[in-house]
Amino acid sequence: MEDKTDNSPGRWAPAVLLAWIVPGAGHLLLKRPGRGGLIAASVVAMFLLGLMMRGALFSPMTGDLLTTVIYVGGFLGNVMSGILYFLTVWLGYSQPDMAGHVHDYGSKFLVAAGLLNVLGMVDAYEIAKGQKD
Amino acid sequence: MPKVTLSHFEASFLFALFTSIVLGVVTKRTDRERVRYAVYCFAWFVGAVFGLSWLMYLGHG
Repeated sequence: MEDKTDNSPGRWAPAVLLAWIVPGAGHLLLKRPGRGGLIAASVVAMFLLGLMMRGALFSPMTGDLLTTVIYVGGFLGNVMSGILYFLTVWLGYSQPDMAGHVHDYGSKFLVAAGLLNVLGMVDAYEIAKGQKD
Repeated sequence: MPKVTLSHFEASFLFALFTSIVLGVVTKRTDRERVRYAVYCFAWFVGAVFGLSWLMYLGHG
């Protein structure tokens, strides 16, 4: 049986990188516009809702284990939103951390948007490698 | 940037909706399977919200 997978980074790296920078764009590059559009809409909607709920973006902070996991993990989750994160920081929409359940949900939405984009990146990787249609 | 204030239920509902859509898109191979899995995940998310809400309500006495 023929092995349809191709492990060379040149085949999958552009799609994965594009999927990170612009949510859903990796799928567009791979000619899956419908799936890319759904991923983009979900990630962007979640990120914008997080911002509108005045959620805070995490800054990497180390200390005890729990602090490190929460703040470094939260920061990585934020960064995985790609251009949404960079535009937010650049344009000054980053909010200070405030008490309250709405702000707290907002912070979680911002991280969750990045994690959903990671799922989209993995999907783009599998499509580019030929493991998935 | 407009401010949005959502209740616990509204925030959980929207989280469940968007997460289910992405899970459906990335995990299954046909459109029919994707829709079915997204609906399945969404139903479990919302079911868990109601279940845990009742658990917390009853736990508070």
